[in-house]
Amino acid sequence: MTQDDLTIADPKMKAHGVNVFYGEKQAINDVSIDVGTDLVTAFIGPSGCGKSTFLRSLNRMNDTVASAKVTGQIELDGEDIYAPSMDVVQLRARVGMVFQKPNPFPKSIYDNVGYGPRIHGLAPGKADLDVIVERALVRAGLWDEVKDRLQESGTALSGGQQQRLCIARAIAVDPEVILMDEPCSALDPIATAKIEELIHELRGKYAIVIVTHNMQQAARVSQRTAFFHLGTLVEYGKTTDIFTNPKQERTKDYITGRYG
Amino acid sequence: MTFNAAALLLLIAGLALIGWLAGRARSNLLAGRAGTKLHSRPQYHGWYVALWLFAPAALFLAVWSSVSPALITNQVLATEAAQSLPSFGFERGAILSDARAVAQGKQADVRLPAAAPLVKPYADASHKYAWIGIAAMLALALAGGLYAFTRIKPDFRARTRVEKIVMLVLLLASLVAILTTFGIVLSLLFESIRFFRLVSPAELLFGTQWAPTSGAPQPDTFGGIPLFWGTVLIGAIIAMIVAIPIGMMTAVYLTQYAAPVVRKWVKPILEILAGVPTVVYGYFAALTVAPALREFAVMLGIPNASTESALAAGIVMGVMIIPFVSSMADDSINAVPQAMRDGSLALGATPNETIRQVLIPAALPGVMGGILLAVSRAIGETMIVVMAAGLSANMTANPFASVTTVTAQIVKLLTGDQEFDSAKTLAAFALGLVLFIVTLLLNIVALRIVKRYREAYE
Repeated sequence: MTQDDLTIADPKMKAHGVNVFYGEKQAINDVSIDVGTDLVTAFIGPSGCGKSTFLRSLNRMNDTVASAKVTGQIELDGEDIYAPSMDVVQLRARVGMVFQKPNPFPKSIYDNVGYGPRIHGLAPGKADLDVIVERALVRAGLWDEVKDRLQESGTALSGGQQQRLCIARAIAVDPEVILMDEPCSALDPIATAKIEELIHELRGKYAIVIVTHNMQQAARVSQRTAFFHLGTLVEYGKTTDIFTNPKQERTKDYITGRYG
Repeated sequence: MTFNAAALLLLIAGLALIGWLAGRARSNLLAGRAGTKLHSRPQYHGWYVALWLFAPAALFLAVWSSVSPALITNQVLATEAAQSLPSFGFERGAILSDARAVAQGKQADVRLPAAAPLVKPYADASHKYAWIGIAAMLALALAGGLYAFTRIKPDFRARTRVEKIVMLVLLLASLVAILTTFGIVLSLLFESIRFFRLVSPAELLFGTQWAPTSGAPQPDTFGGIPLFWGTVLIGAIIAMIVAIPIGMMTAVYLTQYAAPVVRKWVKPILEILAGVPTVVYGYFAALTVAPALREFAVMLGIPNASTESALAAGIVMGVMIIPFVSSMADDSINAVPQAMRDGSLALGATPNETIRQVLIPAALPGVMGGILLAVSRAIGETMIVVMAAGLSANMTANPFASVTTVTAQIVKLLTGDQEFDSAKTLAAFALGLVLFIVTLLLNIVALRIVKRYREAYE
């Protein structure tokens, strides 16, 4: 894929020739992709195509799976994230993640958002932390709903609110990239619409990569779309091109609902 | 001819087998006819007949075995030979049982001369009731079997019936444990009430002097506070100071850090530790830990250092409880969803921060429940404290001194010569009741906590 219109002037993350293995099984086969700084990039593809696996290799969450092995090159601002000198703790502070199912900690709303800043020592005093928590909740569009009950448990919120809380939690450590792994798949349509709106607002502040099995969602929120199939990257391009004028037969079949 | 329950049980089991074969054969026969289709498969018909044959007869056998001796004795007592029996219960009983033993052939000759004339009436009565019993049992078995046999028809729902009966049997089995517990509580309660007639409950619960020295010049005192304090000191304080941190750290290591190979070996070893008989821990406490601690205390210049110390018993008890705490904590930490751990790691938390700030707080209710269960086990534990904690009822916070516990005192009160109506002996039951109530409450609270916690993650 060397098309000119795909060239991203200032990529935030560059992946080159990435393979991911789970034990003997190869889940990702030779994937190269650039993630733009001001863009929302969507990964689409049928279940089991490896899009989530690839996403998780961007912040080394695959490290938590004992049998997983990643080869190839992934760079964040030109720095190899799998290099021995890379501190995975700092990497994950720079590349945040939101999961498929909302997973707030069983702590108060305030402590959920304050967790990251605290462990990274971003807030020297209580007042600083208050500011950070408020700013993160405002950005995540949750502040107005929870400002009067910050000490209530995060798990008591509705599913959509929980997911926005998780986004606020990720934002609070001031990351450069936010990875979202099917963030709406456990939510109802209204909550989904809110999250999509939020992604629009966050665009430009963070590089966002979103995995979704919902093609309309990819079309709505992203500027770049990558289509994965059977562990390979089939096509990557501007979202409008992918959905209106796919170059690959397989992409066309998938977006027209032939399989998936 | 005597009434041999075991042999008769075998007999009806044999009949039931025949019934099974007959029932199956009959249904097979019915099925063989053209155009008929059985509702249930033949062996269910067989089981139906067998159960009808066996169950009523066996039930009768059980009842008859328990009532027939009384019937026999009644008949013997009604005879002329029995009129000369002494009226004093004990002697009368001895003579009767002597005669019975000879009549049933368990003994060649009478030991008490007075029993001799009763042997024949006994033999007669036994004979008579044995025949009645056997005849009634066989009649019941045959009646049941015939009843069931005649009901076999192609559309008869034998399977449903059999399954219902099986369910009933299972229900009865599960009731056994519950009813037994109930009976134990009742008996404990009755003896305790007898004790509380002699000593007020307030004295037992709030008195500070424990001196149940029956026969001594000064009156006995049954103040339970020193015992309760000793129990709490050993079981809830010292043992938990040992067991909670070590158990928790074990669980954290095993769930978060240990390689699968290590986990595969360490977990079963811990479980074996939980199966070591407590008397073995008791030896260890009394022979190894206690003397070492005493020397240590003497070296430090601590007064009242005893070879029977609260510390020795508490430490060993704590070691005993470690597998219990670690396995409960292990379960709770494992029950915390992986998503929680991922969420923390994805924010750039280290594994250590994740464990301390997310996993353990999330697992805490389950862990707390486990700890309460462990406490309830520790305060009910007997062997270790009997062997290592001593029997002197001291109220002291000095862990090197000798203290005593509720369980150790129960053992002391109930061993050796005892009269079952003195306050001293009855006190053991009252103490047992207190212990039972406390552990019951602890268990209820603990199980509630654990349950609510489980629900939260499912």
